[in-house]
Amino acid sequence: MNNHIEKRIELKAPVSRVWRALTDYREFGEWFRVKLNGPFVPGQVSRGQITYPGYEHVQWEAVVQKMEPERLFSFTWHPYSVDPKIDYSKETPTLVEFRLEKTTSGTLLLLTESGFDNIPSDRRIEAFRMNDGGWTEQMKNIENYVTQTS
Amino acid sequence: MSRKRRSSMPAKRPVRAPVFAALGDETRLSLVTKLCDRRPYSISQLTRGSKLTRQAITKHLRVLESVGIVHSVRTGRESLFEFDPQPIEGIKQYLDFVSEQWDQALSRLKSFVED
Repeated sequence: MNNHIEKRIELKAPVSRVWRALTDYREFGEWFRVKLNGPFVPGQVSRGQITYPGYEHVQWEAVVQKMEPERLFSFTWHPYSVDPKIDYSKETPTLVEFRLEKTTSGTLLLLTESGFDNIPSDRRIEAFRMNDGGWTEQMKNIENYVTQTS
Repeated sequence: MSRKRRSSMPAKRPVRAPVFAALGDETRLSLVTKLCDRRPYSISQLTRGSKLTRQAITKHLRVLESVGIVHSVRTGRESLFEFDPQPIEGIKQYLDFVSEQWDQALSRLKSFVED
């Protein structure tokens, strides 16, 4: 089991096109299904209203971190905070990063979401270093075990 | 645990961070790996073959117990420790849910930029 999410997707569109779809707040809203109040600005809070059917009661809130043109777009948020009864602001947010790479057919988009474990990064590095990747390996064993017996 | 795919938020929102934190330690992870066979172990059994003292092992077991990954049962004078997969299943379900939402969002992005 990983403590982060990683996705790779090949897009048949130029990097500039993908960059716009990610960072123009209206375009982002189109595919993400959120009506955002205004443009993304690094260091600032982005707010809006989810337009995904069934989740229209959900507020979107994220803090834009980095916008390195056609390379990296990142924000922190509380992923899929869909339960209005829960105060998500008390929880540590996760970090979402979109990285773009030019390919022969278009763009490679790498998405990562990390920080689910809320462990200070120096401690995490220590845990990984001690066991040379064994952490991930053992988590996998545990996951296999859990899946087999459930 | 149900095997069918979930399209909605898991009903019980797991307390994730402490579970991850409890597992983010080599000693505790190796204890969990050992306890995974679902047999109850005594502290002496878990200390055997380890460089750590009984006290140190006990401390680690208490951390795991505090997030529900292990339960202790008293039999006579001894405490036995047992593995409980529920908290780990809980965070796995939650990560699966978030992961699935991303799959859907990225496929919408794909059709959006490729059209």
